[in-house]
Amino acid sequence: MEHYTMNLTLKVWRQKNATSQGSFETYQVRNISSEMSFLEMFDVLNEELIHEGKEPIAFDHDCREGICGMCSMYINGRPHGPWEANTTCQLHMRAFKDGDTIVVEPWRANAFPVIKDLTVDRSAFDRIIQAGGYISVNTGSPVDANAIPVEKEKADMAFAAAACIGCGACVAACKNSSALLFVSAKVSHLALLPQGAPERRTRALNMVAQMDKEGFGSCTNTGACEAVCPKEISITNIARLNSEFTLAGLLSSNK
Amino acid sequence: MLDSKIPAGPLEEKWTYYKGHCKLVNPANKRKLEIIVVGTGLAGASAAASLGELGYKVKAFCFQDSPRRAHSIAAQGGINAAKNYQNDGDSVFRLFYDTIKGGDYRAREGNVHRLAEVSVNIIDQCVAQGVPFAREYGGLLNNRSFGGTQVKRTFYAAGQTGQQLLIGAYQALERQEALGNVQVYSRHEMLEVVIIDGKARGIIARNLVTGKLERHFGHAVLLCSGGYGNVFYLSTNAMGSNVTAAWKAHKQGAYFGNPCFTQIHPTCIPVSGDHQSKLTLMSESLRNDGRIWVPKQKNDPRKPNDIPEEERDYYLERRYPAFGNLVPRDVASRAAKERCDAGYGVGTTKQAVYLDFRFNLINKYGRAEANKLGIHNPDEATLVRLGKEVVKEEYGNLFDMYEKITGENPYEVPMRIYPAVHYTMGGLWVDYELMTTVKGLYALGEANFSDHGANRLGASALMQGLADGYFVIPYTIGNYLADDIATKPIPTNHEAFEAAEKAVSDRINTLMSIKGKQSVESFHKRLGKIMWEKCGMARNAQGLQEAIQEIRALRKEFWSDVRIPGEIAEMNPELDKAGRVADFIELGELMCLDALNRNESCGGHFREESQTEEGEAKRDDSQYMYAAAWEFKGESNWELHKENLEFEVAKPTQRSYK
Repeated sequence: MEHYTMNLTLKVWRQKNATSQGSFETYQVRNISSEMSFLEMFDVLNEELIHEGKEPIAFDHDCREGICGMCSMYINGRPHGPWEANTTCQLHMRAFKDGDTIVVEPWRANAFPVIKDLTVDRSAFDRIIQAGGYISVNTGSPVDANAIPVEKEKADMAFAAAACIGCGACVAACKNSSALLFVSAKVSHLALLPQGAPERRTRALNMVAQMDKEGFGSCTNTGACEAVCPKEISITNIARLNSEFTLAGLLSSNK
Repeated sequence: MLDSKIPAGPLEEKWTYYKGHCKLVNPANKRKLEIIVVGTGLAGASAAASLGELGYKVKAFCFQDSPRRAHSIAAQGGINAAKNYQNDGDSVFRLFYDTIKGGDYRAREGNVHRLAEVSVNIIDQCVAQGVPFAREYGGLLNNRSFGGTQVKRTFYAAGQTGQQLLIGAYQALERQEALGNVQVYSRHEMLEVVIIDGKARGIIARNLVTGKLERHFGHAVLLCSGGYGNVFYLSTNAMGSNVTAAWKAHKQGAYFGNPCFTQIHPTCIPVSGDHQSKLTLMSESLRNDGRIWVPKQKNDPRKPNDIPEEERDYYLERRYPAFGNLVPRDVASRAAKERCDAGYGVGTTKQAVYLDFRFNLINKYGRAEANKLGIHNPDEATLVRLGKEVVKEEYGNLFDMYEKITGENPYEVPMRIYPAVHYTMGGLWVDYELMTTVKGLYALGEANFSDHGANRLGASALMQGLADGYFVIPYTIGNYLADDIATKPIPTNHEAFEAAEKAVSDRINTLMSIKGKQSVESFHKRLGKIMWEKCGMARNAQGLQEAIQEIRALRKEFWSDVRIPGEIAEMNPELDKAGRVADFIELGELMCLDALNRNESCGGHFREESQTEEGEAKRDDSQYMYAAAWEFKGESNWELHKENLEFEVAKPTQRSYK
């Protein structure tokens, strides 16, 4: 790849804490290498801010290889920036050119309150999992792993759904801040496997109920979630969730 | 004296004997006992969930925003288990033997055999939890090979095995949280162990959102806080991975085992410049199908695809015909370094070798698919097209990741790879029950000095983390807590909690009051450079002595000139990082000391003074057949204790993969 350097203007959301009013600040960064990752560009900026005696920008990040789901920047109006099927940490600066202005905001959703600058609180996702995103099996002596064959196609579909990293880009992209792609990925992952079948009905009902309680919005099928998902979770999972949910509602004994 | 508490009896009966004879805690009493778990990776999440299921009251802590993000999630290739589903001669004994040999005879036989025994339970447990392992068309589980073995015993979920296993453990953990058996404290960092009457009885944790210090009591404390590869600054670890929890325990009396045993992983994306913040692994599983080579001609200016077959040096296949590209990691890393140092490296920096998939893509996968479709004389383009589909299914996410980082398409051109720090075999010294030298303080997973000796085999870290958490600690902790059922929870206004919190608070105040000129990051980078150059892939006495002096000077400079912006009572990532780097600096000195003391080569520890004529690691069993356990005695002062290793079943020989 051809290597080049660039100068950029950054407009970054700064907010001291959950209760204070935030605003955009403008920064100039120089001599940014096209081989850097987007977060390494932020590292450079933060080092400069520290050097100038200013407060660095707080942002979530950890593995920097696109799998932990911690990074969460809304870049030029799109979660995780311009590349398809990508996380912020894997976005590289060759996506930009000299002189560009880049606007960076935190995820915006009522259910994801800002903690500081670009850092938000996504604990609502953990509580949704607590509502039923598991198989009720204790550590012990289950049957041999090969005792129950699983159709390869279904196993592959379950894996594709289980690849969700819980980053919340789907919520950030949705005009309603719906978490349905996240919820449907977990419901699908477990419903597609024989091991998850016994609890499939209560799981769908309870996870959706918790999602509503957390203040996520409704799904209106615009598909923005799927378009930005770094792991390409398909919205067919939402269709599966809808059928799981409807069936569970119909069959529920305690109406 | 160090007592490893290995049960008596024949090797294959030790664990069964232990389980049949250890003390138990009855269900009513379990509810009265509280356990603290620090870290929520595979070891921590599996331990916290399993102990919650048993009825203990568990508090689990992680610095990330959710327990699901712990760095186990980044593990790619797979998890070993002695299932022998492939009918290729695998057994518990083989897995045990491969692990001992792979670790260059520097691990305990008893622990390793137990690990091999419970490996089979792990796979059953994970499948029951809904972990979507790769399957064959018949619906049964699939396997692949990893380095240092001649069987296929690795279970996997594409290149995301760690993620899927961690999500399984995380879901079990969240279920226990919903049931009220476990309380998870995310965005919390453990900064001190509280010891009362010689027993670990709690921790001081900092809430990373508010900056407040909190006191938490526990009848026992489990450290599942991972490894310390980030002491090198550049590693494949997550940015937040740190040694702090283990280091605090070390300074409170827990011995540190084999600190210099570091794993340098052979296949990582090379460094591209000074801005680099971390390195990315390309899974060892790629060596199933990727062939490693360099040009036979020095400084060959041609593009890799323009270099004809006969002008390529497949140096692993040449040097190690029996294992070929699947030699253990330490061997593969040194071989890459040897070629690059000799001037055969590729890429702009010349610090890289090729990992090439074309041969197997065409000949292995392309031909198999063509046969299935009944195409008898396929042309190369057809083979490439068909092979690509299979390769994509096996390694797709890794290839995508490579392309995003480098801008090159590995389906078309070979990957460029180079070794990078990946894992630390060293860690807190623990006995058979996983207890450190502090009573009631345990270390699990990568945080302990583990079962991997001087070199870990691929796909064994996930196995060990889950073995410790799901199947070992639930038994061994009962053996300790059975004597503690009458102990009431100690109120956190106890003087030991007061003193521990004050020590933490004083240290934070000191850090914030330095108000120097240099950033935390700049110190971390300098430490990493010293470690990589003098305590990295090759080490010698002179370099290590220099490194110790340099690190001491760096520590002084850090404590007089570090600049930490912001306040204490708020979210302050620079302050979090400063505490971790301060601990890394101290650890770095101990690593060099340990490497200097061990004047032999073994596994990943390569002392230039001790090598065979062919440049292989040369052990010195007469002098160093022991695990080094270092006791902290004060600043820059440690005392060495030796745990002699005895090999009754796997007799030590010169490791050979030829």
